[in-house]
Amino acid sequence: MNIIKIEGQEDTPKIVFDPSNDIFEISGRSLPEDAAMFYEPIIEWLQNYSQTPNDHTEMHIKLNYFNTASSKLLLDILMILEEMVEDGKSCIIKWFYDEDDEDMEEAGEEYSELIEVPFELLTY
Amino acid sequence: MNEIFHDYVFDFYRKMKINQINLIYEGEVTHQITKAFTALTEENMAKDAEPNGLQMKVFHIIVESLQNISKHAQNLRGIESDLKGIGTFLIAKSKTDYFIIAGNLVHNEDMESMINLLEKINKLDKKGLKLLHKEQMKEGKLSDRGGAGLGFIDIARKSGQKLSYDFKSIGENTSFFILTTQIPRLKIS
Repeated sequence: MNIIKIEGQEDTPKIVFDPSNDIFEISGRSLPEDAAMFYEPIIEWLQNYSQTPNDHTEMHIKLNYFNTASSKLLLDILMILEEMVEDGKSCIIKWFYDEDDEDMEEAGEEYSELIEVPFELLTY
Repeated sequence: MNEIFHDYVFDFYRKMKINQINLIYEGEVTHQITKAFTALTEENMAKDAEPNGLQMKVFHIIVESLQNISKHAQNLRGIESDLKGIGTFLIAKSKTDYFIIAGNLVHNEDMESMINLLEKINKLDKKGLKLLHKEQMKEGKLSDRGGAGLGFIDIARKSGQKLSYDFKSIGENTSFFILTTQIPRLKIS
């Protein structure tokens, strides 16, 4: 399967989805000019992947900032994992936050309440 | 003739100092402007050795306030073409607080729904805001302009303060909407 590799910019996150190496990572900051346009191909890729996923998918999220438009699309991404879990696939979300960053910790907690996927909150 | 400008600039300078205004902008709010202002503010806050948490809050509220301007101003496109994308933006800093002030024109017909939302938010406590945010995350859809309906809720949550706003009437159909967000520099919990 093809991979997604997008280098992070000052306003867009780094994204690596590489199933053959078991890497699924979104990191950095996210405040794109057009969040829907930025995330569209990523969501589409993940939807395709979810049809024939690996035995186990471990999504790492290491964002230090995202705006509200991105927060909604991030939920869309995590909901694809939720569908995978509903289909009996094994998934886990690891949410990394700076230990001083209460807002990011809280954001992680809230996502964990919104979706039914094994969820771990970890500091970095 | 130039005297007028000189007096104006001097007067402007003094007023900025008296009101502790760090930055003031009037014009089209583009993504480039948002990036420039956030970068500048980050640099200044790092220089002032502000705590990380506060830096992120201020950063967040600047982004949401500016994106509110660009989104709402965009809504006016085609109706009053000379108003599109235009807003006024200020950052002030006192010993105790940061103030992020954003102003833009809105149609009077949109005022009522804005006031309803702002008042709804202002009636909620921390827990209520969390629930409203959750609800909006689940139910809300991204608008054409990329708004998630979460901006005001998020500003209220991140600042921990009531939303302070005003509508100043301009002509028959439009008003100037002003939102001031106060962010305490000292940790309150």
